[in-house]
This record gives sequence, C-alpha cells and structure tokens, in this order.
Amino acid sequence: MSTLSPQRLLELKLHATDVREGIIRSLLAAGSGHSAGPLDMADVFTVLYEHVLNHRPKEPLWDDRDRLLLSCGHIAPVRYSAMAYGGYFPVEELLTLRKFGTRLQGHPERVRLPAVETTSGPLGEGLAQGTGMALSAKMDGKSWRVYVVTSDAEHQCGLHWEAAMTAPKFKLDNLIAIVDRNFIQIDGSTEDIMPLEPFADKYRAFNWEVFECDGNDIAQFTETIEKAKAVKGKPSVIIANTVPGKGVSYMEGDYAWHGKPPNKEQAEVALRELQAERERLTANG
Amino acid sequence: MANALDGVAAMRLAELQDAAGVKQVPTRNGFGEGVIEAGKGNRNVLAICADLSESTRMLGFKEALPDQYIEIGVSEQMLVAMAAGMASTGKVPFIASYAMFNPGRSWEQVRTTMALNETNVKIAGAHAGVSVGPDGATHQAIEDIAIMRCIPHMTVVVPCDSIQTKRATLAVAAMNGPVYLRFGREKTPVVTTEETPFELGKAQIFREGKDVAIVVCGILVYNALIAARKLARDGIECMVVNNHTVKPMDEKTIVEAAERCGAVVTVEEHQISGGMGSRVAEILAQRRPTPIEFVGVADQFGQSGDPAELIEHYGMGSSAIEAAVRRAIARKELRPS
Repeated sequence: MSTLSPQRLLELKLHATDVREGIIRSLLAAGSGHSAGPLDMADVFTVLYEHVLNHRPKEPLWDDRDRLLLSCGHIAPVRYSAMAYGGYFPVEELLTLRKFGTRLQGHPERVRLPAVETTSGPLGEGLAQGTGMALSAKMDGKSWRVYVVTSDAEHQCGLHWEAAMTAPKFKLDNLIAIVDRNFIQIDGSTEDIMPLEPFADKYRAFNWEVFECDGNDIAQFTETIEKAKAVKGKPSVIIANTVPGKGVSYMEGDYAWHGKPPNKEQAEVALRELQAERERLTANG
Repeated sequence: MANALDGVAAMRLAELQDAAGVKQVPTRNGFGEGVIEAGKGNRNVLAICADLSESTRMLGFKEALPDQYIEIGVSEQMLVAMAAGMASTGKVPFIASYAMFNPGRSWEQVRTTMALNETNVKIAGAHAGVSVGPDGATHQAIEDIAIMRCIPHMTVVVPCDSIQTKRATLAVAAMNGPVYLRFGREKTPVVTTEETPFELGKAQIFREGKDVAIVVCGILVYNALIAARKLARDGIECMVVNNHTVKPMDEKTIVEAAERCGAVVTVEEHQISGGMGSRVAEILAQRRPTPIEFVGVADQFGQSGDPAELIEHYGMGSSAIEAAVRRAIARKELRPS
C-alpha cells in the first residue's frame, strides 16, 4: 500500500512539475544536453528526493545518508533539478548547467558537486560502484541504503552485468536498482538496436528480486519502492516503465529527443504545458 | 670499484659482484607481505581479488584477515568500479589482478571511477613485463605504465625488488589517492636491504658516476648495476638512479643527474613508447636538453620463453644497457661544448 495521502500525492505531483520546469530551463540555458530521459525520470527523482531518501540537503555529505547514484549520467538535468528543488542549492544555479566553471557539469562529477556520489556518463558503471558502497555498508553494519538509477540501454554494457552477478553473491538487500525503461537510445529503439527483452527474466536469472511499475505514476512507484525496501537477502530492481519526454507533448515517445535540448520557442511551449498541468492538478486536488 | 657502490649504503655488494650468489625473490612476495601488514594496521584496508589470489600473493591476506578480503571472480572492470564505490565510503581497497587485465582491461573504469572520482584505490598490477615468461604476449603487460601515467591524480610506482615492493605497498596504503603499483612474477635479485630508505616520489642514487646517468625502474635495476660495474672496468663511471616513482617523478634528481653526467640512459621493462623513459625525456627536453638512449621494448609484443631469455631477446639485458651507455657517450662527445 502506498504511504501517500491524497494531499501528499498532490504535493509530489506538483513538485515533479517543478522539477520538469527546472529541466527545461536549464537545458535551454545550456543549449545542449538530453531532454527525453530527464523528463521521463522526473517523477522517480521526485519520489526519491522528497519521500524515500534519508538525507540532509544542507549537509550533503552526512555520513549516514542514503546513497543515490545516477549511473546514466547524461540525464543529470533531472537530478540537478530535483536537488535544487529539494534544497541542495538555489534553483537559479540550474541555469549554469554545462557552462564553464559550473558545479553542474554536462555529466555529473562527484568531486565538484557533493552527494552526486559518483562521476558518471560512461555507461554501465553505476551499479558496480553502488554494489561496492552497499557492501561497505554491510561490512560496517550501517543501515543506509544504496539506490542506483540506470538507463535501459546501459544494460548493453558488460560491466553492468558483472555488477548484477556480484550484488546477489553478497546478499545486498540494501541495494535497489531502478531502471528507466523508456525503450529509447541514441540510434533508435532499444529493441531494434540491441534487444533487452526478456528484461525482467534476465534479472531473475541473476537472483534479483524484480518489480515492475509505471515510472510516471508517483503513487505506484512509491508503493513499489516500499516493497523493494522490505526484501531480505538479495538486491532488488525496479523496472520503471516510463514515457520518454514525459510532460512535454511534442517530446513524448520520440527518440529524436534523446540527446538534444529544446530551442527557445520549444521551451516556451513546454513551460506553458507544465503550467497548464500545474493548474489542472491544483484544480482537481 | 667497491667504493662506487657506497651510494647505496645497504647494497649487498659482495652478492652483486657474484651473480650466482644474489638472493632472488619475486617482487610480488613483497606486495603480499606489505598488504597484510597494511591490513593489520588499518581495518579499512581491504584486499579485493579477481580470481588470482595465489599468484598475486593476496592469499596470505585472505588467510590472515578474512573479514577484509573480497573475491569477485574474473571481472576486472567490476574490480575497479566496486573498489571505487567502497573507497568513497572510507575503505582503502587494494585490488589485484595481472597488470594486463587491470589496468589493461579496465582503463576507462580506472580513469573515471578511480581517478576522476579521486578515490583511494590502490591497483596492484602483478605479472608486469615480458619476464612473465612462458605465458606469452597476452599476459605480458608492457604498456601499463604508459596508460597509467597519463591519468591525472594517479601515482605510479615501480619498485625494484621484493623488499622495496613491501615498502612501497605500505607507503601507498598510508597515502590518500589512486595508485598504480607495478610488480613482477619471476624471482629477481634483491638489491636493497631492510635498511635501505624508501620515500614515494624520491628517486634513489644507487651508484655515483659522472659519465652517464642510467635512470632505471623495476627489476632491471640489477641489470643496470651490473652494466655499470662492467663499464667501470673501461673507465666509464655510470650513475645509477632507481627511479621507482614514475609519477609524480622526482624531477630534481633527474635534472641533476643529467647535469652531472651530460648523457642519460633510461631502462625499463616496458614499451619504450610512453613509459618511464618517455617521462624522463619530457622533463629533460624542457629543463635540460640531454642526449638520451632508451632501453625497453621497441614497439613489439612479447612471446613465450624463459624470463631471462626474453629480457635478453628484447634488449634489456646488462649488455644491452652497456651498449646504450656507449651510444649515449658517443652522442655526448659529438655535441659542441
């Protein structure tokens, strides 16, 4: 059962709309970057930062924080936006995305921005590092958890499966992987480029507990992650089915938006749509 | 002659003069001893191995400190990335495989998760060089120094014998930052003693001389000393510099050696391209242009064979070093004074 009250659910939906706005504004300011993935993961990152993580935005390197890793570093704008709206840094800083001297590098860097936990961008490396962190926590008797957000296409990387094989060996039930299953990658559909299906079966065969849900349904994702946290003796993966470009009508489902930002006119349309969504939610709520 | 080696107070002079009498121990043994000592002194020191615990000499650690030992199987990229994750939580992981596989296979993980992340992971690269012997070219890492020394933040250490490898292991455990520690498989001469000092980043003058500076790292230090002794019979006095820290290199000692001798020979069990000697050349080209001869593998792969035979075949034996010294002197004499 979801732990969210109707009021809390509404707050989270509105928050996700803010996060999407931050993505659009930062990408427009940057003039380059990825649109579809960040937008489709806005709901997941909202739930993680606002509901799931045990963390202290004003003390980002607090020792006992849950670790949230973004393995597919190219969707960094969603993380940055969720961090800004979550109180880690001023929202205006989002406009420095990808600019010289910024903490918000085109692909995130651990040393520059505290609490991004890993440097990522080269795909397939997040689960491996997250496995190491979760193993450390087990060895030291710590109760913090590790969440690793991955893309679907990075499951084409060998290292990701080395990690998928390793985590169950050490019974890392403090490790939860979340897959952005949006079926797109730069050159087209994942199933055309290098098929991933039967995707859930692959994880089951590697001895993971597997959950599937709608990654754009905040209530459903919240409920799923609570179930994953209750799993004992093995790691869990949540295959979060998402719509690429979610929240911006002309981007939804179009892989052409994987790796490019909106121009000024397109951004204005997107921001108008997000404002309309905000009004719709408030009116219904 | 005897006095010429006094630069190394603790050098086993008598043994060095009689090759048959030199104590021979694999450098990897020094790593095995050092990592146990480091682990006993700090419970955050971990040994992580990719299915090569005996040959990388991590087995002793596994037996002595089982709670600090992790086995992850044949997955070298995982070895690096997982260790980087653990290091970010305060662990000090030593990760061991053959140098050919780590950092050979895992280079991008080393660059991104270890170095760009500035994590405190120590790579133990075993079985470096053609002296791996019968296993052949696939297992003989001779490009590893090149691919490690070009990565920012990385410290690269190539100790000369088993005692120094133990010292180096303890030294890198005590420092904060990513490290590549390189050692070999075969038994090789022990040229230092327990009393020989060791400091990261500080090259050691093992023999004083004025005619040519032989700058050498790793197991070939012995061959360099032998070559120097032979050359001394002809009145050629070589300085021998044990340049164990390839990065950050002791530029001061290198420049001073070049100034003193006016010619340099670099010696390493590695491709000439991109190795320790290349770094020496970079330094001297900028700060003290000096004729340099390079002893190392000349853009070739290794092959199966007896280690000593391979060292000779690829031009890294004492006679090859001697010849390089003579070439360097000839070039020095050609230069306008």
